[in-house]
Amino acid sequence: MKIRNYWNLRDWGAGIWERANRPKRVAIALTSIFLVGLLPFAGASFLATPIAAYDAVLVYPVGVFVLMALGLNIVVGKSGMLDLGYVAFFAIGAYTMALMGTHTGLNTWEIMPFGIAFAMLAGVLLGLPTLRLRGDYLAIVTLGFGEIVRLVVLNSTWSKGPNGIANIPMPPNIGPLKFKLEDQKVFFWVVVTMILLTIWMIRRLSVRRPGRAWEAIRQDEDAAELMGVPTLKYKIWSFTLGAAVGGAAGVLYASKNLFIAPEMFTLNVSILILSCVVFGGIGNIWGVVVGATILGYLPDRIRFISDARLLVFGTVLVVVMNFRPDGLLPRKKREKAIVKKEVNA
Amino acid sequence: MFAVLIDQFWSLTIAGIALGFIYVLISLGYTMVYGVLRMINFANSEIFMWGTFGTVITSRDIFHYTQTSEPAKGFKLIFVLLCSLLMSMAVAGLTAVFVEFVAYRRLRMKGTNRLATLISAIGISIALQEVMRLLTSSRPVGSPRVLEKIILTEMWGANVRLDTVITIIAAAIIFFILERFIKLSRMGKAIRAVSQNEDAAKLMGVNLNRVITTTFLVGGLATGAAGFFYITVFEYTKFNIGFTMGMAAFTAAVLGGIGNIRGAFFGGLTLGLLEVYASAVLGTQWKAVTVFIVLVLVLLFKPNGLFGEAVQTTRA
Repeated sequence: MKIRNYWNLRDWGAGIWERANRPKRVAIALTSIFLVGLLPFAGASFLATPIAAYDAVLVYPVGVFVLMALGLNIVVGKSGMLDLGYVAFFAIGAYTMALMGTHTGLNTWEIMPFGIAFAMLAGVLLGLPTLRLRGDYLAIVTLGFGEIVRLVVLNSTWSKGPNGIANIPMPPNIGPLKFKLEDQKVFFWVVVTMILLTIWMIRRLSVRRPGRAWEAIRQDEDAAELMGVPTLKYKIWSFTLGAAVGGAAGVLYASKNLFIAPEMFTLNVSILILSCVVFGGIGNIWGVVVGATILGYLPDRIRFISDARLLVFGTVLVVVMNFRPDGLLPRKKREKAIVKKEVNA
Repeated sequence: MFAVLIDQFWSLTIAGIALGFIYVLISLGYTMVYGVLRMINFANSEIFMWGTFGTVITSRDIFHYTQTSEPAKGFKLIFVLLCSLLMSMAVAGLTAVFVEFVAYRRLRMKGTNRLATLISAIGISIALQEVMRLLTSSRPVGSPRVLEKIILTEMWGANVRLDTVITIIAAAIIFFILERFIKLSRMGKAIRAVSQNEDAAKLMGVNLNRVITTTFLVGGLATGAAGFFYITVFEYTKFNIGFTMGMAAFTAAVLGGIGNIRGAFFGGLTLGLLEVYASAVLGTQWKAVTVFIVLVLVLLFKPNGLFGEAVQTTRA
């Protein structure tokens, strides 16, 4: 078989990283983080979004999408389970923040652990019975779970039903950094910090036992089970960690938006986040980041064609998937699953 | 709580069966494509939505019926209804073939991962929905009343309306024809062969591309017919009705065992009845929750669905 070896961005980037020594790596990382941190100041350039405020767009959708896509990538990309109900964990985080923020005196940072814990609990509760299912069946059950969470919130009195919950408190100021509605730079920096923490967690886990277990499960679950990998345990772990990231994103989103309603947590969000993961390059952290950034940013950037923007969005999905089925920045070839033809017995 | 259910049991049952038959036809679109490709046809809900517009266009723009005009009678009624049905089926069938051509074919030829195909299908589904939203300026479209909803007879205290009767009988006939087509025709045999073993079917000289296009076409025809019946019963459509109906129909397909045509039949009917009963007992707002909980329970205790093969062990 002929191996074509043309230039690609991922290998080029990975090459620079691999050749660099420790101080160089630290320098690269710090420069990149610094440049990303400066992004909210670039509002006057070609990046500006018409209609929506540029720094607000950077927080939601872009920042929150990247965070959630990274979380979903643990489930879909790392361990190969199709989750179509990811928005449920986002909703659980957001409602935890909304309810605790309005009923108790706790602030955002104190509620964050609760939001994460509740999302993880929901992940375990959903995961225990359903993670024995595979493929499309898992997809439909998770999808059902997402819809159930939304409908329960919509039809219950404690959540104020379709009216949603208003007056959610803003996060308290961190030293000189003030959270303001009209200027959301600080929110953006908080999201970036959370994204960096998530990336750090995923990278640490990927090279250790859980990461190897997920990789084995993704490539061939039966073989992994036979080799002694406790597959159910690691699948639940992956599901729960993904849920934790989703919950954290939810807490931050509620605290930033000050108002949440059930209509913000529809299946469309789950699908959009999944699109971010697959569009960017499933399984590859940087691909996911790029994909979520583009898909979060694009609809707001092309708002001038306001009415047709979702049409363009759908068309872009079809075209990109057709020409780059592994996403914009795919994972390395050797990490790809062994494609096995299904033979029906 | 159960008083409503007991009081109106028979009228609920009749409504449930009519709704069930609509689900049966839509879930055929899911189940056939799943049988052949082992993939959820995510765009089927939009194919259904386009199908409903086929009926509206026929009665409104071709035969110039309006909301206030006299309902048709006699031979003309049958003619208009038949034309609407055929139009819906044609629109949906062509949309389905278009979806296959644009979103599935290239990726299938490349033999890439299933998720890429799923996202591509989601993309075409968003695009189809958006096109219709722009064409109708996001407004619901009422269908002119061609068929007068006369009460035919009374059964056990329940009114039997003409539109439900037509829906039940005609949908059953269409289902029967499609089922015979799959069972007996040469093409139907090829479709079943491919769904059993793609490679072996290819080696036996089955034209894979043509089989897959036909599968989408037949699924689309069934889904389009469902669109016609939906309009006959509910008399209104909107660019976003596809999602709820599609979800329910997909649930029905899984309930019956996806990939299995008889399964779609029983799954659709069960789900239709279940939905109607559940909304009578718990209130309409909990309808979808009940449906999903039943689905989860079925998958946990009878993972192959009521009539399905062991698909749950299929790798993602």
